Amino acid sequence: MTEPLITLRGVRADLGSRPVLRGIDLAVHRGEVVALLGANGSGKSTIVRGIIGQVPPSAGEIKLFGTPLRRFRDWRRVGYVPQRTTAAGGVPATVTEVVSSGRLSRTRFGVLRKADHEAVRRALDMVGLADRAKDSVDALSGGQHQRVLIARALASEPEVLIMDEPMAGVDLASQEVLAGTLRDQVDSGATVLLVLHELGPLEPLIDRAVVLRDGCVLHDGPPPKAVGQHALPGHDHVHPHAADAAPSRTGLLS
Amino acid sequence: MDFLDYAFMQRALLAAVLVGITAPAVGIYLVQRRQALMGDGIGHVAMTGVGLGFLLSTSPVWMATAVSVLGSILMELIRWYGRTRGDVALAMLFYGGMAGGVMFINLAPGGSNANLTSYLFGSLSTVSQSDVVAICLLAAFVVLVTLGLRRQLFAVSQDEEFARVTGLPVRALNLLTAVTAAVTVTVAMRVVGLLLVSALMVVPVAAAQQLGRSFAATFAIAVAIGVTVTLGGTVTSYYQDVPPGATIVLLTIAAFVVLTALATPLARRRARAAAAAHSAGDPVECAIPATRGAAEEVGA
Repeated sequence: MTEPLITLRGVRADLGSRPVLRGIDLAVHRGEVVALLGANGSGKSTIVRGIIGQVPPSAGEIKLFGTPLRRFRDWRRVGYVPQRTTAAGGVPATVTEVVSSGRLSRTRFGVLRKADHEAVRRALDMVGLADRAKDSVDALSGGQHQRVLIARALASEPEVLIMDEPMAGVDLASQEVLAGTLRDQVDSGATVLLVLHELGPLEPLIDRAVVLRDGCVLHDGPPPKAVGQHALPGHDHVHPHAADAAPSRTGLLS
Repeated sequence: MDFLDYAFMQRALLAAVLVGITAPAVGIYLVQRRQALMGDGIGHVAMTGVGLGFLLSTSPVWMATAVSVLGSILMELIRWYGRTRGDVALAMLFYGGMAGGVMFINLAPGGSNANLTSYLFGSLSTVSQSDVVAICLLAAFVVLVTLGLRRQLFAVSQDEEFARVTGLPVRALNLLTAVTAAVTVTVAMRVVGLLLVSALMVVPVAAAQQLGRSFAATFAIAVAIGVTVTLGGTVTSYYQDVPPGATIVLLTIAAFVVLTALATPLARRRARAAAAAHSAGDPVECAIPATRGAAEEVGA
């Protein structure tokens, strides 16, 4: 078997004095679509932030493409969609300007060449925002912001896509667009690791679900079936996503 | 245009143009990362440098540059490590810097707070030949960084976490931003003064935001406003005998008010057009541009 693209072995992490991850083992192989599921505070976002080097593990080992994280430099192979509700900064910027920064990992000294501009255009096409390329991101809706963030990750033509709650705060119409984008990526052989609050419209794409509770892996295998009212078609799952909010049940765990 | 005949005015105008370019060029990245008042903090710290320059009988400009560069690096380190108590540490740095300046200048032989005044509020007419050389060199550095690394600085200022995953040296770029801001503060020190520096870094950018839809356009407009107000303020102060620093800052704020008044109806029309154009395909989302427009009016 080939080396997994993402490997976590016995990873522990603390935020302050509170243990958030307590020995996580996880491997994501090429071509897999893996969903990290769990209640708020279960550690799913911390895993992702550990993989991108934002939260240093207190124990254990994280590898990307077989290279230990601290020696990993080949970031162009990784596309990352952080958990955000906005793609805007303190100064106006166009959709193209924001998405272009995702291409920097493929450039030398930040100079964008013709091929780079084309890659940015393709990324905008993939999320259906080509017609908004010159618009200011301030003029976009919540779902469109999320599509900009995904296009930014796709601009470097990554081999693995890591997304932290790409569906958070996104209306149903945009969720369908995002699911379509992701389906195209998966069809072309992309590897995807994503944090989700619920499977939702992405369910048919998920090969494997890793369910977390209190910083431990509770389930690693085929995606669990939604139960109760969560299984109803068109069920709109709305609850607070703030870190300090009361842990809410996803329906997958209860 | 008789003012061009005087060497002191030529030097003053040259210094003013360079400040008009560099202050907004750095300021835009500070505003983008929502650290608009960082320039103000560096200005406070630079006072220690000016005081030390007098005490050690060296050039206050170069001493202020050295101290504010050190101060800005310290501020960046505090931002990394002191997440929770960071603001208190920064407050101590700012006021320590100010108190240090007053202390050192009074320790200097023949020095008093009067010497400090020209650095606090600017003193364009006393800009010397060696000041001009220093200002030119420092401004060249600032322009080189803010234009040459614009894509990298844009990425880091827009989304630091994402920038790290693109493999950018985020810490180095943050340090470079801080150092460049510190250098700009000392460039602007003789023109508008340490206490008013931050206004030239922030207000032209805020004014440009009213018109610009892209980062590139906002950058260009902010620099254009910066150059216009610094030149305008310098010439006004020549004819009207008013302090140039204060004139420049008040002109900048006037530019902001005028542009905001002009841009608000424009933005409202734009938002309405966008809402109309996109509501057909996105029925769930058409309410959002309207609320954004309302928020802008409140902010303006």
